[in-house]
Amino acid sequence: MKQSSIKTRFTYGFLRTLKRLPKTRAKSSSFSPEEISKRCRIIKLATDASMASAVGPRRAWSRALIRRVRSQRRQRQRQWLVMRRTRRGERKKGGKEVGGGGQTDSLRKLVPGGETMELCTLLGETAHYIKCLTTQVQVMRNIVDLFSN
Amino acid sequence: MSSRRSRSRQSGGVSRITEDQIGDLVSKLQQLIPELRSRSSDKVSASKVLQETCNYIKNLHREVDDLSDRLSELLASTDTNSAQAAIIRSLLM
Repeated sequence: MKQSSIKTRFTYGFLRTLKRLPKTRAKSSSFSPEEISKRCRIIKLATDASMASAVGPRRAWSRALIRRVRSQRRQRQRQWLVMRRTRRGERKKGGKEVGGGGQTDSLRKLVPGGETMELCTLLGETAHYIKCLTTQVQVMRNIVDLFSN
Repeated sequence: MSSRRSRSRQSGGVSRITEDQIGDLVSKLQQLIPELRSRSSDKVSASKVLQETCNYIKNLHREVDDLSDRLSELLASTDTNSAQAAIIRSLLM
C-alpha cells in the first residue's frame, strides 16, 4: 500500500475529526485550560484513530492500534460506572516464545502489538510503523502551518 | 537414521535462513533512520540500529504530542472552515 494513499486517508480522517470538535461559543471560554486540555486529549486520540483506520487491518501493528483505540473508547464510555484499571499486560497470551532478548524489549513497548510478535515480524512491522509515523508528522505539520497563517 | 540426519540438517538450515532474514530486516531499518542512513557504508551493529530505532520512534511520538498541543491551541482561535478548505485544496494539488 502506497504511503501517498495512507497520507490522503489519514489527512481526510484527521480533518474530519478536527471539524467535529465541539465549537466554543464565547471567545473567552476558548482559552480556558480545561477546554484546551480536553481538546488536546481528543486530538491525540484522533491521531491514533485516523492512522489506524487509514492503514486498516493489513498490518499487525495497525490491528493492535485499532484494538487499543476501541478499548480506549469503551473505557471512556464506562468510566462513569466503575474506576477500573486495565490490566492489559496480564491479559497477554501466556507462554509464547518471543525472540530477541533484552535489546528488543524497549522496541516491543514502542510498536503497537509488539509485545507478542516474533522477532522477524517485529522488525518488519517497525519499518512500516516508522514510515506511517513519519507521514503522520508530515501531515500534522502541514495542518499546523496552514492554521497558523 | 537417515531421517534423523536430514531433520538435523533441516533445522540447521532453517536457523541460518532466519539469521540472514533478521540481518536483512535490520539493514532495512537502518535505511529508515536518518541518523544511520549516511553511515550505511560502515558496519553498524544490530544493537546500535535497534537503539537508534527506539530513540527515533520516541522522537516521532513526542513530535506528534507537541503538534497535537499546538493544534488544540490553534483551534481555539481560528476559523476552522476556511482554513480546512485551504488545506484540502493544497493537499490535492
